[in-house]
Amino acid sequence: MEYLQCFITGGIICTIGQILIDKTKITPARILTLFVVLGVILGFLGIYEPIYNFGKCGATVPISGFGYSLYKGTIKAIEERGFIGIFTGGVTATSGGIAAAICFGFISALVSKPTIK
Amino acid sequence: MKIGKQTFKLESMPYISYTSSIVGPKEVQGPLSSFFDTHINDVWDKEKTFEKCESKMLKTCISNLEKKANIKDDDIDIIFSGDLLNQCISSDFAIRNFNVPFLGLFGACSTFCEGLLLSSVMIESNLANTVICSASSHFCSAERQFRMPLEHGNQRSTTAQATVTGAGAALITKEKISSSNARITYVTPGKIQDLGVKDMANMGAAMAPAAFNTIAQHLTDTKRDIDYYDAIITGDLGEHGSKMLHDLFKLENIDISKKHIDCGCIIYDLKKQDVNCGGSGCGCIASVFSGYFFNELTAKNINKILLVATGALMSPISSGQGESIPSIAHAIAIENEV
Repeated sequence: MEYLQCFITGGIICTIGQILIDKTKITPARILTLFVVLGVILGFLGIYEPIYNFGKCGATVPISGFGYSLYKGTIKAIEERGFIGIFTGGVTATSGGIAAAICFGFISALVSKPTIK
Repeated sequence: MKIGKQTFKLESMPYISYTSSIVGPKEVQGPLSSFFDTHINDVWDKEKTFEKCESKMLKTCISNLEKKANIKDDDIDIIFSGDLLNQCISSDFAIRNFNVPFLGLFGACSTFCEGLLLSSVMIESNLANTVICSASSHFCSAERQFRMPLEHGNQRSTTAQATVTGAGAALITKEKISSSNARITYVTPGKIQDLGVKDMANMGAAMAPAAFNTIAQHLTDTKRDIDYYDAIITGDLGEHGSKMLHDLFKLENIDISKKHIDCGCIIYDLKKQDVNCGGSGCGCIASVFSGYFFNELTAKNINKILLVATGALMSPISSGQGESIPSIAHAIAIENEV
């Protein structure tokens, strides 16, 4: 059941992205940014929390989950360290994701070559 | 001699004596496969970068042209060449291998016709006898130049066109030196048209008004009607842009759809090859003309064509800054001597 919930949640988020690519003129880079910012805003409004509770990694793996982590990390850091937390919290909470992306990106670049479909 | 508003009549009627074409792996699977002289088997062609591969393709294309025509570097008065990359590096690096005066061109996808125009004008003015005009593009280097590096793996929108991996070159001569009777009779350089389209993924829409403007002006200037030509060939309007061109002519009560062929629409099998709206890039019209249409002209299957290359003159910077896409189209009338 948990798997199905993840699948549905992730699927819906990605479908929204696909519709935006196909039906609007918004560029992929802007859609990406939009999803991150929406993750932050929905986190702040308390909407992303229940989505996360329902969909687990289906809500955290898409890029909107990154926005949600930025929000949560920032709030946590503000509670622990005060004002300075505004600047340190977001990146601290998402550091695992960022460093992994760079590492795996680097490794992939070493062993693979891009080509056309 | 200038006739009408923006057309030049070439009294010398320069010959297109030989052409040479080369395409990439995807293009060679398309319907025009048998017409291209040669192709590369993958998008790298043993080179380290896509840019090097594009340069090598253009170099091969021009070398093949020299071989076909049995001429050496010294016999060529000048080369006009262009491509889509910053500072025209594909052409610069390809043509450093030739000991021939070179003028680099940028006209986006209109480059090949810009080159043909300048080549024929060089001959018309008696300054040159033998001129090469060439253009190239490469899907992967163009993606890096205009969108995202291929490694990014982003999706393309449905109105987007696929840049053709290919190059074409033509040898323009004052005298008849081959069996080809194809001569350039009129040239119409285009005016920039900009109706405010900003969508980089919909360049057909941006370029259709430019094509319409140049074709209509050419017909007015030469006092010809659309039926004079066997075919009116545009470079890379794609499916979407072609339909817009037909609609624009419909408003003038002219049905261009029966005469109009778009290179971007015929180079791929649009239903099977996953290229959205068709091919684009300066290599598109360059390879399709040099491969397919020149062959049709020599075989006399068609005798009078109007070759119209359209170009979207934006850069990723101008688009990033919210500018619209200025577009241009140059028309070249090519007619078999009868």
